[in-house]
Amino acid sequence: MKLLRLVPDNTRFGFMRFRRVSFPLSALLSIVSVVTFIWLGMNVGIDFKGGTVVELQARGDRANIAQIRETASGLNLGDVEVQEFGSPRDVILRVGLQEGGDAAQAQVVAKLRTAFEAAYEFRRVEVVGPRVSQELVQNGTIGVLLAIMVILIYLWFRYEWQFAVGAVIATMHDLVLTIGFYAVTQIQFDQTSIAAILTIIGYSLNDTVVVYDRVRELLRKYKKIGLHELLDLSMNSTLSRTIITSITAILALIALAVFGGDTIQGFCLALLFGIVVGTYSSIFVAAPILIYLGVRVGEGVGATSGNADKAVNSGATK
Amino acid sequence: MFRQSTLKTVLIAFTLFFAAYVSLPTILGQDRMKAITGMLPSFLVPKGAIKLGLDLRGGVHVMLETDKAGLSRDLVRQLQEDVRRVLRNERVAPTGGIVAQNRGVSFRVADAAARARILPKIQELSVPVSNAVLGNTGQRSLEVVDLGDGLIQLVITDAELNERIRRAVDQSIEIFRRRIDPEGVKEPTIQRQGLDRIVVQVPGAQNSKEITDVLQPGKLEFRMVAEPGANPAEIETLPYTDEGGGTIQIERRVLVRGEDLTSAEPTFDQRTGEPVVSFRFNVKGAQAFAKVTTENVGKPFAIILDNKVISAPRIISPITQGQGQISGRFTVERANQLAILLRSGALPASFTLVEERTVGAGLGADSIDAAVLASIVSLVAISIFTLATYGVFGAIALVALAVNFLLLIALMALIGSTLTLPGIAGIVLTLAIAVDSNVLIYERIREEQAAGRSAISSLDSGFTRALATILDANITGFLAHAILYFVGTGAVKGFAVTTCLGLGTTIFTAFTLTRMMVAAWYRWFKPKSVPI
Repeated sequence: MKLLRLVPDNTRFGFMRFRRVSFPLSALLSIVSVVTFIWLGMNVGIDFKGGTVVELQARGDRANIAQIRETASGLNLGDVEVQEFGSPRDVILRVGLQEGGDAAQAQVVAKLRTAFEAAYEFRRVEVVGPRVSQELVQNGTIGVLLAIMVILIYLWFRYEWQFAVGAVIATMHDLVLTIGFYAVTQIQFDQTSIAAILTIIGYSLNDTVVVYDRVRELLRKYKKIGLHELLDLSMNSTLSRTIITSITAILALIALAVFGGDTIQGFCLALLFGIVVGTYSSIFVAAPILIYLGVRVGEGVGATSGNADKAVNSGATK
Repeated sequence: MFRQSTLKTVLIAFTLFFAAYVSLPTILGQDRMKAITGMLPSFLVPKGAIKLGLDLRGGVHVMLETDKAGLSRDLVRQLQEDVRRVLRNERVAPTGGIVAQNRGVSFRVADAAARARILPKIQELSVPVSNAVLGNTGQRSLEVVDLGDGLIQLVITDAELNERIRRAVDQSIEIFRRRIDPEGVKEPTIQRQGLDRIVVQVPGAQNSKEITDVLQPGKLEFRMVAEPGANPAEIETLPYTDEGGGTIQIERRVLVRGEDLTSAEPTFDQRTGEPVVSFRFNVKGAQAFAKVTTENVGKPFAIILDNKVISAPRIISPITQGQGQISGRFTVERANQLAILLRSGALPASFTLVEERTVGAGLGADSIDAAVLASIVSLVAISIFTLATYGVFGAIALVALAVNFLLLIALMALIGSTLTLPGIAGIVLTLAIAVDSNVLIYERIREEQAAGRSAISSLDSGFTRALATILDANITGFLAHAILYFVGTGAVKGFAVTTCLGLGTTIFTAFTLTRMMVAAWYRWFKPKSVPI
């Protein structure tokens, strides 16, 4: 049986040379992400801003959105956003935070139920109070920062500091781009998005660590090759694995995004984006950045020699 | 490497067998499980199964928060009473009364001799704060400050307040359980979260009102209606729900509390036919009630529920039998509910709803269908791709994947974890990434072979060299998700647990099972080169 070979043996792509394109590209994408984030903002869900979301399904054939809108605006709940959702029978209602704190907040659902229970089934009800949402924002932010820090420390122990810094820069790159993804697509940003971001961080680091492991191994093995060349060799020798693993994850996620239902679609799309970006950043950001961070050949991890090979250094900056 | 010890093989086989055994209830479902294992002795039958989260099963999740300010007000009021009692016993009258403050009370005793006499007694009110977890905390409940000029201030310490909140929450959890599930059939989860919050989850419930209805404190008090000219410091104005509303002046002093009730039943008033709640006091309550009603014949007293006066009848004759009834223009339903509230005991604090997530049974079922379909499509896609890429070795990887899945289910069943929708996505993603460990090993073997090694030597160094990489990669992933577990809530926590367990099982299968299978394949075929 002939096996599928996605990456031919003995590839010799000049990945490091490509940094003249990849660095400006990454910088540009990061800037676009930040600008979009500031300009458009994210479509923040009630998890983080508080409020009420109710998913209704008409007991009859279709939902009468105009009528729902009218009834809802008569309930004195402030702005009520009414939106079709999936099939013509399904409607989503979003009600903002109420003045008067948690107690007023808790009344919203009761009012909605009285108004709509007869004609619609309440498929889903979510109410998040002002303080809970604040805490969720806080916990989410702390979580992401803490994760990056802990991983930095772990990598610092396992490798030289340059690798830890490189991995963190690549991770921040993925993080910024993912936030940009949420801003551009306006996919709702909620608690599962924090899970998505941390999964992306985990995956991207996994990829980076595999590449770095190879770099370290080759650093120990070859003391006479230039860093530039050595990094290219590492990328090429792990390329097949990088591609195959990414494709496996991407296949799984496409299936989940297409068939998994509306609830997890946003989550899966974000992961899909993150895995593509994470794979890209391991090869085109995490590895070439080592050149600038001053990793020295002939001084592989564990080795103690202090005499940097001049030829190697010039090779690295060529 | 390929000389695998028999012991190791046996251990792996045993692990797999055990995993399959533990997963049985989850895979078959509890009902079918019962049908099959009905005749086996019960200790042989595995019990734990993975529970479906509310997002898949449908149900109500609410988070409630204690009214800390209210609790603190109660403490201050009680402190005021205590101080009043001490001063009365010592026959000392404070100038200007005992003033309630935000977190304590203050009073002025100008006479130095009297002050010296009462201070030790006042000090005695401050007791060590003990704690169920730590025992004695070494802190005291009150801080007594002499502000000079005869002014004495008592401040409730943080330790005391927090301990009271903690205790109130614990008691409330028990009371909620009795109220929400009096018959013990609904499998509710009621847990403390943080210091002052309670999470209540009721699977199958369709409307959070079922739960919020029983959240009223149910604090019942009998007090006297204030007479004209009473000391303003000792009375308060409460809303009156009978007789067309309005407010009514009530003495602060509580004569009998709801705790002294032994029973409460919904019945009908024999004369008017109106729904009422009839109750009976315990001995202590009955005595107190008899004493009060004997002393106050002809005066009105008030029945107060959750700081609202529901009725204020006049005492016609002393009630010495220790029973009575509460009327307040109730509906039958309300009388029934009130009886449950009173029977289960009053909540020591009031609660506000701060978060609700309700999923209807219909949506839950739809989500399961979608998730199952998506998972199957996903796994089929992964299988085809893996087989196409690695052939025989792909098949080995898939067997490892299946075992990985089994181990994951077994672990989740063992720790009794809950499967949520993001959790399912987590499992699928974990499996997809688990293939990575096989990919790492195989690619390494391929490289070693390309470098001119023999089949056996490529296999050997492929496994050995990939090990470090796999460990590093999985540990970083593990760290990220462990943190997600600590900061996340609900469904997200489930996702984190699943992923962490999956990373563990991945490492296990990669280094035991995959290795064993590859070794068996090599011994069987004795190939000159590895077809990879």
